[in-house]
Amino acid sequence: MDNPTGIQQTQEICENKRAIIDQIIAENQNRPGAMMVVLNETQGKIGYISPAMQKYIAKKLRVPVGAVHGVVTFYSFFTTEPRGKHTMKFCMGTACYVGGIPQLMEKAKQITGTEIGKTTADGNLTMEICRCVGACSQAPVVTVDDEVIGHIKPNKFPALIKKLLES
Amino acid sequence: MAFYRSHVLVSVDPECLAKGAHEVIDALNDELIAQGLLDEVQVLETSRIGDPYRLGPDMLVYPEKEHYANLSADDIPYLVEEHFLKGRVVEKFRAQEKAVSDEELGAPKPKEVRIVLRNCGKIDPHNIEDYIAEDGYQSLAKVISSMTPEQVIAEVSKSGLRGRGGAGFPAARKWQLCRQVPDNPKYLTCNADEGDPGAFMNRRVLESDPHSVVEGMIIAAYAIGASRGYIYCRAEYPIAVQNLKIAIAQAHEFGFLGDDIFGTGFSFDLEVRMGAGAFVCGEETALIASIEGKRGEPRPRPPFPAVKGVWGKPTNNNNVETYAVVPQIILKGAEWYASMGTEKSKGTKTFAIAGDVINTGLIEVPFGITLREVIFDVGGGIKDGKQFKAIQTGGPMGGCLTAEQLDLPLDYEALTAAGSMMGSGGLIIMDHETCMVDMARFFMEFTQDESCGKCTPCRVGTRRILEILEKICAGEGQPGDLETLEDLCYEVTRNSLCGLGQGAPNPVISMLKHFRAEYEAHIYEKKCPARVCKALIRYEIQAAACTGCTVCARNCPVEAINGERRQAHIIDVDKCIRCGICAQVCNFNAIQVLS
Ligand SMILES: Cc1cc2nc3c(=O)[nH]c(=O)nc-3n(C[C@H](O)[C@H](O)[C@H](O)COP(=O)(O)O)c2cc1C
Ligand code: SF4
Ligand code: SF4
Ligand code: SF4
Ligand code: FES
Repeated sequence: MDNPTGIQQTQEICENKRAIIDQIIAENQNRPGAMMVVLNETQGKIGYISPAMQKYIAKKLRVPVGAVHGVVTFYSFFTTEPRGKHTMKFCMGTACYVGGIPQLMEKAKQITGTEIGKTTADGNLTMEICRCVGACSQAPVVTVDDEVIGHIKPNKFPALIKKLLES
Repeated sequence: MAFYRSHVLVSVDPECLAKGAHEVIDALNDELIAQGLLDEVQVLETSRIGDPYRLGPDMLVYPEKEHYANLSADDIPYLVEEHFLKGRVVEKFRAQEKAVSDEELGAPKPKEVRIVLRNCGKIDPHNIEDYIAEDGYQSLAKVISSMTPEQVIAEVSKSGLRGRGGAGFPAARKWQLCRQVPDNPKYLTCNADEGDPGAFMNRRVLESDPHSVVEGMIIAAYAIGASRGYIYCRAEYPIAVQNLKIAIAQAHEFGFLGDDIFGTGFSFDLEVRMGAGAFVCGEETALIASIEGKRGEPRPRPPFPAVKGVWGKPTNNNNVETYAVVPQIILKGAEWYASMGTEKSKGTKTFAIAGDVINTGLIEVPFGITLREVIFDVGGGIKDGKQFKAIQTGGPMGGCLTAEQLDLPLDYEALTAAGSMMGSGGLIIMDHETCMVDMARFFMEFTQDESCGKCTPCRVGTRRILEILEKICAGEGQPGDLETLEDLCYEVTRNSLCGLGQGAPNPVISMLKHFRAEYEAHIYEKKCPARVCKALIRYEIQAAACTGCTVCARNCPVEAINGERRQAHIIDVDKCIRCGICAQVCNFNAIQVLS
């Protein structure tokens, strides 16, 4: 079979992930424009959409794998690899940029020894940047697993990260 | 037994411990020893004092009963010096009373008029009856029982309501266009993609008063003849999505949505669709593609969505705020609404004020108010007694305005004429410590990253503009760069397919126009006058002000600061990466930035 997207041919998806995807598809497949909804739900419930999952979703929705891959790569919320146990996102919106997020990112890199965009070696923490989360009056803002934490002071910040690394 | 003049109780409940209460106690003991106060101040451990989640680690100081909160070990030298040595209360560490007011919005500030935001923070967004008690769904009843679709459009037209998503196209005209297209079914979309960084007006309405948007959409659907609507909400707003879903379900229960609404034969249903982190999906044709489940790439217009929108059918797209004011216009009348504002910009507009102003947050003001009033009356003026430098309106595709333009009225045409734009309502206020080259670079980084790459002028042009700006910030700017920038900006503006590319050069163009000298200083003198661009600045500790508290040295990410405890510290300029942390954490203001 040809493989136009260059996606690695699948390793299997584990049983319970497949069950989750099956359910998402059953609930949404009759909706017009189902693909975005299915991908959003999959990302939300499983945390990533691996090439194998993309292939599986394509088959179930009866669309080419390339179409699914095209959508997954277009939107920054979709990730193809698992994230760490926790995800910390640094807001790079204007208010936070002016309010000191770049300094906090330096600090985070120093404490974790990990680049922004990567996961710590122990798999506990993924650090990413994100767009304005709409809490600008609390700048600088980070989100930890969807919880918005604002008014971060540089000398209080290490405690926050260490807590995540240890939990 | 020693006689202590002070007792310090430090909370060691589990949450405070997790947040470093022991380090605070160790630091406290160290510092008391160093200052020779160990015989005067006794440190004790205690269980919780205040809410440990909000305030910990915290401490209570007797006999004054001063409650200091959110402490870290780094705060201790300053605290000991001020409180125990000099006997002064340290305001900045005092526990704050639980924020009673809502810091985003709060009570109306001077000159505010709240129409869109009127219910925010006052009603329970999860309870439709709260909304109904504030005259909610009355307009819908009025429209359906006593007005024809044409009358609704005429009323909205008379109110002068213009689209709040940026371009300011008259709402009624758009509705009329869509209504006239002889094709069915028709769709509505609500643009809740609010991607402009620093703007969160729509989020607040969606989270706190979702029914106003739902009601506005039902009225618009009735006027246009649409049978289905989509609210496209960005993924960064999970609470908004949730509250909208609840509101839609409740509106169904009450018979405001669904088949045969109020037994009139009019049917309309609504659905929330989530974005997935692509700014360009705020552009209406991209938004439509995304709702259809595709890559959110814009396409050329015409055909406009009014003719060919979702699933190729006539579609009316408006911003959250545009829909949210419609029920108020119907309820209180077009004349009432049109009595506010300027000749061509009627009513009120919400803005999110961010940056170096005292009252950041959301405001709603009548059009026609001046920028000066917004910044100094509503916004309370510039923070920390600094000087106003510029205001960015219209977000990353908008422009900046300067002190000379502060008396401009907020009005769509006036801002456009001044080289900026209204945009969706993000206002970024910048003080004189903001570098205009760095800001232009920041906005360009955003638009370049968000360019969908479909058309070459935008994809390649934004990258080239960004590269030149980065070079200038890095102190590697060359003669001729500014002219190249101007040419590139012109090309990208003229040749890009959608509003993102067409607007991306705006910040650069306007900042270059108003602050050319600052750009030239970077290029020819290798100086950053605002002392921001890392390559052109250095940090220095003023020995006279430095107490040797070691806080900076412990916070420096690259260990560039040396010095003995209680001796003036020194920064190793070769190691320093100019991150600025030391200047932020130094409680004694001993660290200066030089260019
Ligand atoms: C790149 C780009 C992003 C946009 N983002 C938004 C947005 O977040 N919200 C919005 O309402 N309009 C946005 N717009 C404008 C929309 O294309 C459209 O004009 C608007 O939703 C129309 O609604 P209105 O008539 O009520 O203003 C954006 C336009 C562009 C080019
Ligand atoms: S102008 Fe930019 S964002 Fe718009 S279609 Fe072209 S490449 Fe995409
Ligand atoms: S410069 Fe460093 S050592 Fe000196 S007072 Fe400031 S933080 Fe303390
Ligand atoms: S600016 Fe940053 S790197 Fe330089 S001395 Fe200060 S803390 Fe260290
Ligand atoms: S800029 Fe960070 S929350 Fe808006």
